[in-house]
Amino acid sequence: MQVKSMAEFVASGDTPDILFWVGCAGSFDQRAQKITKAFATILDKVGLKFAILGKEEGCTGDPARRAGNEFLFQMMAYNNIQILNAYNVQKIVTTCPHCFNTLKNEYPELGGTYEVIHHTQLLQQLIDQGKIKMKEGGTFKGKKITYHDSCYLGRANEVYEAPRQVLEILDAELVEMKRCRSKGLCCGAGGAQMFKEEEKGTTRINTERGKEAVETGAEVVAMNCPFCMTMLTDGVKENGAEDHVKVLDIAEIIANSMQ
Amino acid sequence: MQIMQQIFFVIAFAVAVYLFSKKAMQIRRNILLGRDVSLNDHPNERWKNLLLLAFGQKKMFRNPLVGVLHFIVYAGFIIINIEVLEIVLDGILGHHRLFAPLLGSLYGWLIGIFEILAVGVTIGCAIFLARRNIVKIKRFASKDLNGWPRSDANYILITEIVLMLLFLTMNAAYLVLQARGEAHYTPVDNFWVSGYLTPLFDGMSSSSLMAIERTAWWLHILGIFAFLNYLPYSKHLHILLAFPNAYYARLEPKGKMDNMPDIQREVLYAMQPELAAEAPQSDVMPKFGAKDIDDLSWKNLLDAYACTECGRCSAACPATQTGKLLSPRTIMMKTRDRAEAVGKELNKKVDFKEDGKTLLYDYITEEELRACTTCNACVQECPVSISPLDIILQLRRHLIMEASSAPAEWTNMFSNIENNMAPWKMSPDDRDKWATELNG
Repeated sequence: MQVKSMAEFVASGDTPDILFWVGCAGSFDQRAQKITKAFATILDKVGLKFAILGKEEGCTGDPARRAGNEFLFQMMAYNNIQILNAYNVQKIVTTCPHCFNTLKNEYPELGGTYEVIHHTQLLQQLIDQGKIKMKEGGTFKGKKITYHDSCYLGRANEVYEAPRQVLEILDAELVEMKRCRSKGLCCGAGGAQMFKEEEKGTTRINTERGKEAVETGAEVVAMNCPFCMTMLTDGVKENGAEDHVKVLDIAEIIANSMQ
Repeated sequence: MQIMQQIFFVIAFAVAVYLFSKKAMQIRRNILLGRDVSLNDHPNERWKNLLLLAFGQKKMFRNPLVGVLHFIVYAGFIIINIEVLEIVLDGILGHHRLFAPLLGSLYGWLIGIFEILAVGVTIGCAIFLARRNIVKIKRFASKDLNGWPRSDANYILITEIVLMLLFLTMNAAYLVLQARGEAHYTPVDNFWVSGYLTPLFDGMSSSSLMAIERTAWWLHILGIFAFLNYLPYSKHLHILLAFPNAYYARLEPKGKMDNMPDIQREVLYAMQPELAAEAPQSDVMPKFGAKDIDDLSWKNLLDAYACTECGRCSAACPATQTGKLLSPRTIMMKTRDRAEAVGKELNKKVDFKEDGKTLLYDYITEEELRACTTCNACVQECPVSISPLDIILQLRRHLIMEASSAPAEWTNMFSNIENNMAPWKMSPDDRDKWATELNG
């Protein structure tokens, strides 16, 4: 397959259907790169014409803004909006709920208005349109799967059902954690916590959430966020369950089981 | 003698209303110390929130059992207060049950409904007392409430029970007196609850019953006057402020942070200096983030006064649950404490800054603020539309942009974003390396 950048599309006089905003974790974090690749593969398979910004993409500024550094956020936003507007981008899909939230909710009043969807929402649309079809006797059939609501897709933007509907196509047994949907427990990474040690406490947040995920008896913990991925992979490990509980992004799960 | 009672009543009523109004105006002044923000857009959505969240108590029903109990106590308390109108008029006019002859048989129905609600309120409050003091539900046993806040909650519940019992006692004594054909006791139908309590009073002399009836009447109404004046000093103020708070609730997606147009402009001028030349000049140094209550918005301060310290926010907070110092409930309590302290200074003199204290540092510490994951669980859970997160984020902005105080890892993160356009120390050239690998 060929992943093309926005610049390459323009050079060839073509326009993509959608921009895939990869995000910093998806671009640089080794674990998250696998999610990026899985999602790009799905887009390629269903024949969606997508572009990336490539080297022109920069951090949306989410962690800087939430840490309190508004100057840095505004600088990043300014640069990104300049680039997105220069390419006349209309529609964006992203595998990161933090990028999703910032692009969708915070860029419009700074001059960047786009239709922004999260990759689990796009996957749901593609399934509904019959563009994604599952393999016979897929890997996840009959398996117990639990889904972790990320705060920035869930509470922040109230997207609870799309990811669950995507998982339903697997013929798996979906089990919920005690705290789910609007009551979902954070993984511990939001608000720029990803980039610093936790404050002193009795336990770590990801250990607590990992415990809850493991307690469901699920073999797979389905994720929608690269930061949650890091936190819960560790959280499951700290609960001694890394051998029998896999932590996978929904894009990876679908890429693995589609025709 | 009767006229003395009437005079005493009018004085008590006037003093209660005066003191309450005075304190209410002080609270209003304290709230308006906050930064001005305009929250009058989308009136339809706001009225809908007022109806659903405040009148309907929608979020209370996230726990259906507690939701129903709380609704009974709330509805009972509000509806029974209609009876207070009659009591006040009786008190002023030196009358007994002014409405009874006017309403006829409807009167018996109304009082009957009030009495059933009074029983509901009593049972509800008793269960709430048990949840706090016997079952010791985690969020009520929390150290957040040590001292006055815990007593405050108990005083309120006990007072409500006492007021309800006085109401029933008064009615029962009245029924017995009326059955005996004593003068001044307007005939009424048998009341639904106190009708069953009359055997308790049958053996007493009419003069004792009159004393009991009058005492219960006086204690009931004086209790209500006292309660009215207790409200502004108590967490119980939420019974009033939950309404404006629901109306002024945030309408935007919870994930959206408030923009800072000052900084947006500064960045714009830095990037496009040609625009800076035309920019209007201002001598006022903008302040970034919040250090004290006057840096917060008035809605933040209204939030603080509307908080009833129920702790649903902290029970859902990932930081609180894992033993961090942060508890969103105490963020609200400390904000109110600070507003009250400032208010006290203002009652004495005009400039409150002289106490040398600030919300940040003296009330809320850096460690608390650092522990927040901005997960919005506190905002989601609050039944009265409070956002502790909004306060936390404004204080964080002050820490970074005014006090230049950040954990070392964050300083690194900032410089990585600035230099590499990613929070990690990675070369921007490698951003699409995954694609090259995939393109193979």
